[in-house]
Amino acid sequence: MSKLDRVFDRYTPTIGIECHVQLNTLSKLFSSASNDSRDSSPNTTVNEVCFGMPGVLPVLNDGAVERAIRAGLALNAEIPQLSRFERKHYFYPDLPKGYQITQLQEPVIVGGYVKVDMKDGSSQKIRIHHAHLEEDAGKLTHPSGKNVSYVDLNRAGTPLIEIVSEADMHSPSDARAFAQELYLLMTYADVTNGDLYQGNMRFDVNISLAPKGSDELGTRAEIKNINSFRAVEKAAEYECLRQAEILDKSDLVVQETRGWNEDKQKTIAQRSKEDAHDYRYFPDPDLPPLIIEQSRVDSVKQSMPTLPNDYRSSLAELGLDISVVNSLLEDRDRANIVINVLKMSNKEHATRVAHWLVSVYEGRIKELLSTERLISLSMLMSDGELSSTSAKQVLHAMGRDDSSPREIADELGLLQNNDKDELERIISAVLEDPASEKVISDIKNGNDKAIGYLVGQVMKASKGSANPGLVNKIIRSKLF
Amino acid sequence: MTISDVRKRIENDSVQAVVAESITRAKDDMHNALIEIVEDRAIDRSKELDQIDIADRKKLPLFGIPFVAKDNILTRDSHSTAASKILDNFSAPYQAEAIERLEQAGAVCIGKVNLDSFGHGGSTENSFFGPTLNPHDKRRVAGGSSGGSAAAVAADIVPFALGTDTGGSIREPASFCGVVGLKPSYGSVSRYGVIAMASSTDVVGVLANSVIDVEAVMRVVSGRDSKDSTTIDSPYDKTAQHKKRIGVIKEWFGNGVDDEVENAVTSTISRLEGLGYQAEEVSLPILESALAIYYVIVPAEIASNLARYDGVRYGNRSENNELKTMFRSSRSAGLMPETKRRILIGNYILSSGYYDAYYKKAAQARTLLLRGFTDIFDQFDALVGPVAPTSAFELGHKSDPLSMYMMDKMTVPASLAGLPAISVPVKTSGMPVGIQIVAAQNNDAALLTIAEDIEAVNS
Repeated sequence: MSKLDRVFDRYTPTIGIECHVQLNTLSKLFSSASNDSRDSSPNTTVNEVCFGMPGVLPVLNDGAVERAIRAGLALNAEIPQLSRFERKHYFYPDLPKGYQITQLQEPVIVGGYVKVDMKDGSSQKIRIHHAHLEEDAGKLTHPSGKNVSYVDLNRAGTPLIEIVSEADMHSPSDARAFAQELYLLMTYADVTNGDLYQGNMRFDVNISLAPKGSDELGTRAEIKNINSFRAVEKAAEYECLRQAEILDKSDLVVQETRGWNEDKQKTIAQRSKEDAHDYRYFPDPDLPPLIIEQSRVDSVKQSMPTLPNDYRSSLAELGLDISVVNSLLEDRDRANIVINVLKMSNKEHATRVAHWLVSVYEGRIKELLSTERLISLSMLMSDGELSSTSAKQVLHAMGRDDSSPREIADELGLLQNNDKDELERIISAVLEDPASEKVISDIKNGNDKAIGYLVGQVMKASKGSANPGLVNKIIRSKLF
Repeated sequence: MTISDVRKRIENDSVQAVVAESITRAKDDMHNALIEIVEDRAIDRSKELDQIDIADRKKLPLFGIPFVAKDNILTRDSHSTAASKILDNFSAPYQAEAIERLEQAGAVCIGKVNLDSFGHGGSTENSFFGPTLNPHDKRRVAGGSSGGSAAAVAADIVPFALGTDTGGSIREPASFCGVVGLKPSYGSVSRYGVIAMASSTDVVGVLANSVIDVEAVMRVVSGRDSKDSTTIDSPYDKTAQHKKRIGVIKEWFGNGVDDEVENAVTSTISRLEGLGYQAEEVSLPILESALAIYYVIVPAEIASNLARYDGVRYGNRSENNELKTMFRSSRSAGLMPETKRRILIGNYILSSGYYDAYYKKAAQARTLLLRGFTDIFDQFDALVGPVAPTSAFELGHKSDPLSMYMMDKMTVPASLAGLPAISVPVKTSGMPVGIQIVAAQNNDAALLTIAEDIEAVNS
């Protein structure tokens, strides 16, 4: 029993997640400055509004509203007709106006849930408390050995939706599964580009432990700014161990904000509740209330992209293992290929293509996009002209060569020989070979496995081109 | 000096000559009205304007007219300081939408004028550049916070000036300096490029020597702007019906109002009755709370809007190796005492545990005030009363903040409710006094017809 299992024997963790999702809009939340600062020098995707210059005013980006509606629909949530922006104040060099425009009392997305397939095989609904629109802050860097800090405001004003879950999760693996499903939902709904390396989605994990069976929740710690699913799970596991150790000694867990140190695989205390800011929220007088009519929500619903669960139901008839389905969903292009193969041919081909796609490394997928070519490759296998190993070889070659799968297989000498006359000739030669005598008598005496030796000899003689299934059949017909 | 006087001068001479004269008067000014003269840009623009064909000039409603702008309104090729130390080196790479529209209409900005720093005050004594003096008596204040705008018009430096009004900052100096001062309906002029004081009541308005000039400028600067989400269609494009039912606000007379002011206002009302106006006393008790509402809501917004002046990106920084100390000392050194007072009050009001007791309550009372006005405007076309309880007082006379705040008693209600209001000079034997007219939201055009009648009965 692992250390962690011993913790779960005695304590139940309760976990809630807050997730910051950067929206894939062209411009920022309240200004026309570019929202794409990849490969940009510091402070180049900023204008006077993101820079917090005197006299500037925010104007809400309607594209961000569109994405908020899509996010709300993906989360099965309510989109209230009226929501409001508020100002959250604190002084920091990466916050140009001295306040962040966000939503507090009346957010744009209320309630909802995410259906998550947990590691233990169960399916759970994790409820969403609310989600709100807000602007991101800039970035600070502190070069070592220098007595200065640099401020880069490229990210300042990037639109975010902060999704706040209820504390419905009770294990680190549940937290990871939720984070992954949320990621799928937000990328499939075209809310975010979902580049985790660029910080497109950042998770804050709230976690507390309570003695097993207790109705009362323990004191929680919040681990901020985690940007991978694995780290969500690892940080939650670390916290379970850390908090259990404190509780075991009858000490008190301190309510605080902690950070995840990837190198040390540890959470580290950052700020206790006592140092919490007084953010002095109040309604932003520069922005009228955001009104979203039901008719707009309805029209977004009409043009809503296909969501992960729609794919799951389309794939259900293939009876694929859940790990294969989830692997396909990691890249929507792959899931789409399988669905298209299913539409254009049959279950057999779709299932085969699904397995190919999860075993072929990701970089190749885009080059293999043609559904027709995949179907014809699969047909070669169904017709016994290609072995499954050879099919994978052809699959790899298809990325470099746009000839038909049959031509590629032929060129590589992988096509199986189904020419009965020729096979019979080779088989007769093998059976007549004196070296086969002993094996043949073994087989006739009931050692059926020994037939493999004969098949092997035929394959060798045919330089690997014979269809082993057919060879087996012919040998049997000749011996018995 | 009026806009039509200047037009005649341009016809007989040139824009450049008129602008140069205006600049000379600005340089010779003895009232500390100006913070900066924008000479190069003004001369360059006037040369360009002189090149325009006579026929094309008619398309520019303010062709060649020089003006000044309050220094919290951003202009190209000049500093924009808000009369503060923290921004005394600040130059914006963009300019206010109102300035942009004036320039497109042919007007020429010749200078930036003084104010109470960030608009915080009613006398222009709270300026980092020293007080502006009243052109009618240099021992007295010009009023504020648009004191430089009012003084520049009263001293005939320019025929009109842009000001801003958050709680009376155009109307009070207009009254003190004997010029017309209009605070339009909230949202009728873009606030883009205007250094924010209190976003929910800030408006850009005009000070000039006649109502017709105010109107000419408003037609140019007003209207929707995609850069300001709170703007509305221009209420100055409407044709107003000339209605004559006026309510005389009971709460704005007696109690603290000087006899000289009260007499000037009541005699004007009698003269209006001579023109067929029906005047009737009306009471709106919640007006007694307006000042309290204002001095909760407005400091809260000030504290928030001025948070950006932290020394990090622009403006003056007091260098320090420790971040919080850098913030603190930059703001301590760069902001005036009255500004600090309002920031402290505002942050207190918004802090957790006090929000409901102060901000929320004030916001609810503000809604009641709005409703009270709406009901009154069912019976009246406009409301009248004094602008301020007194005429211009002597410099340094009001040293405690509360007595200064009391001067705003009659101007803050229209600000809180977003209503158009104007100060028009009335006849007095001593220092100038203005009468205030307030109309229903977006009834700015009707307000101006009444203002013109007041002008007529006082001429």
